[in-house]
Amino acid sequence: MLYFIEQSLNGVQLGMLLFLLAAGLTLVFGIMDLVNLAHGSLYMLGAYFAATFAVLTGSFVAAVALALIGSLIVGMVLEVVAIRRLYERSHLDQVLGTFGLLLFFNEAVRLIWGPAGMTLALPAAMLTAVQIIPGVFYPVYRLVIILAALAVAALLYFVVMRTRLGMLIRAGASNREMVGALGINIKLLYTLVFGLGAALAGFAGVMQAPILTVQIGMGENILILAFVVIIIGGIGSIRGAFVAAVFVGLVETVGRAFLPDMLHRILSTNAAATLGPALSSMSIYMVMAAVLVFRPEGLFPAASR
Amino acid sequence: MSASLEQDTIGAGSDARWMASALVTIAVVAVLGLVPLYTTLTGNAFLLTLFTRVLILAIGAVSLNLIMGYGGMVSFGHAAYLGIGGYAVGILAKEGVGSGYIQWPVAVAASALYALVVGALSLRTRGVYFIMITLAFAQMIYYVAIGLDRYGGDDGLTIYQRSTFGGVVDLNNKTVFYYLCFAVLLAGIYLVSRIVNSRFGLVIQGARANERRMRAIGFPTFRYKLVCFVIAGALCGLAGALLANHTNFISPAMMHWTRSGDLIVMVVLGGLGTLFGPLIGALVFLLLEEGLSRLTEYPDLFLGPILLLVAIYAHGGIEGLLRGGRRG
Repeated sequence: MLYFIEQSLNGVQLGMLLFLLAAGLTLVFGIMDLVNLAHGSLYMLGAYFAATFAVLTGSFVAAVALALIGSLIVGMVLEVVAIRRLYERSHLDQVLGTFGLLLFFNEAVRLIWGPAGMTLALPAAMLTAVQIIPGVFYPVYRLVIILAALAVAALLYFVVMRTRLGMLIRAGASNREMVGALGINIKLLYTLVFGLGAALAGFAGVMQAPILTVQIGMGENILILAFVVIIIGGIGSIRGAFVAAVFVGLVETVGRAFLPDMLHRILSTNAAATLGPALSSMSIYMVMAAVLVFRPEGLFPAASR
Repeated sequence: MSASLEQDTIGAGSDARWMASALVTIAVVAVLGLVPLYTTLTGNAFLLTLFTRVLILAIGAVSLNLIMGYGGMVSFGHAAYLGIGGYAVGILAKEGVGSGYIQWPVAVAASALYALVVGALSLRTRGVYFIMITLAFAQMIYYVAIGLDRYGGDDGLTIYQRSTFGGVVDLNNKTVFYYLCFAVLLAGIYLVSRIVNSRFGLVIQGARANERRMRAIGFPTFRYKLVCFVIAGALCGLAGALLANHTNFISPAMMHWTRSGDLIVMVVLGGLGTLFGPLIGALVFLLLEEGLSRLTEYPDLFLGPILLLVAIYAHGGIEGLLRGGRRG
C-alpha cells in the first residue's frame, strides 16, 4: 500500500512533466495548426542549458531561470527563422521539416556539449525526503516538481482565460484570419505563442534534469508520450491535456510497477517474466486504443475543430 | 492513368520534362541492375551491401508511398512493419524454423495483421491524429521488442542462418540476394502501379482528394482505405524479412521511430505519389547520408537543414522538379 502511494506520486510527477510538454504542443497545434516534432529538442535544450548554467553560476535557482529564458529565446528565434515558413504547408511537410530540425538539434548538441551526458546537481535542501503521511517518505525535489508544474498550469490557465494575450490566443485558435483582419499583429502573436510553448518544454526539461541524465535524444521518447497525452486529451485542449497527462503518467508508472507482479499471480513465473515487461510497456497504448474506439476525437475535443 | 492525367495538367513543355523524368528513371533502374557487375569487377563488397540496403528500404518507401502518396494517409509508424517482418524471420530462425517458405509468409501475414488492427483504429481519425496515432502504435511495438528478453531485448538477436529456399535460391550469395531484392522492388512498384490504376486505386485517390464526396456517391471509403493500409503493411513486412536476412541481425533499433521518419523523408524527397519517386528518394537519401558521414563527423548538422529546405521549397520532390514542380 505504501509502495502504491509512492508509485502513484511518481505517476503524478511524470504526468506533470507530460503536461508541460503537451500544453506547448497542443497550444502550437491549436493556434498555428503546426505539428512540431522538434518540441522534444526544446525539452532537451532546456535541460542542457540548466546543467551548463548551474556550472557557470553555481546557483541552482539562477540556472533554472537562465535556462527558461534560454529556451524562450531559442524558441522565438526558431519560429522566426524556420517554423513560420511551415504554417501554410501540409502536415506532411511540417513533419518532414521539424524532423530535420530534430536531427539538427541532436547533432548540434553533440557538437557543443559532446556525446557524453551531463548531470545537474540539486541543492542540498532538496536532496532530503519528507514524511508525507506516517511511514511514507517522499523526495522533496519530486514534490517541488509537482507543485511547480501545478503553479505553471494555474498560471497558464490565468494567462489564457483572463488576460488580453490569452484572449488573442483563443481568438487566434478559432479564427485566425479574423484576428488578423482586426489589426492584431498575428506574426508577433505566433512568435510569442511558439516561444511560450518552447519555454514550457524547456521548463519540463529543466525540472527533469536532476532526476535523469541530461543526454542527446532525451526528448524523443517523452515527446511520443506527450503525443499520446494529446490524442487521449483531444488536440488543442489544454484542459484535456492536463487530465490526460495525469492519467497517462499514472497508468505508465503504476502499470510498470504492478503489472509484472499481477502477471506472476496468474501465469507461470517463466511466462510472466517474458510477458511482464512487454505488456506493461504496452498498457498505455492499450488505453489510447480504447479511448480511440469510443472517442476518436479524444476525451475533451476542442470545440473549434 | 493518374500519371498521364498529371502530365496533361502540367502544360507547355511538359513532354520534354516527362521525357527527362522517364530517362532519369530508366537510368537509375539500369544502373541499379548493373551494380553487382561493377562490384564483382572491382571487388568492392561494401558498395553491394550499401545498394542492397537501398533496394530494401526502397521497398519500404514504395509501400509507404502507396498509402501516403496515393491515399493521403500520412503514416508515421511504417518502420514497425520492417521490425515485425524482421522479427518474424529472427524469431522463427531462433526457434529452429529456417525455411523461407514459412518465415516469409509469416512475416507478411504478421505485418498485415498488425496493419489491420492499427488501421481499423487509426483510420477512424484523420490529419494530425492519424500521424500521431500511427507513431504511438509503432512505439508500442518498439517497446514490445525491447521487452522480448528471449529474443535479445534491447541488444537484438543475431540470425546465424539466412532463410533457406530448398536450394532454389541461395541467399548467402550476395549477388543472388541483391537481385532478389531488386526483383521484389520492381514487383512492388508494378503492384503499386496496378493498384493505383485500378478502380480500387481510383477510389483511394478520390478519397484523398475529397473523402466526403466519395462517401456521398456511395463508396465505403473506410473499407477501401483499410484494405490499402493492409496491403502496404504486408509489402513493408516483406521488406523487413529481407532486411533481417541482409543484416543477419534484428534489434528494436530497426523500428525506432526515426526509421519511420527516414521512410517519410525518402518518399517526399523522391516525389509523393509517383511510381519511381520512392526508389529515387531512397537512393538519394541513403547516398547523401553515407556521403555526409564520410565528409564530416556531424552529418545530421547538414542533413537536418536540407530536410527543412526540402519541406519548405521543394514541392513534389525530385520527380516533381524533373516534371516541373506541379505537385504541392
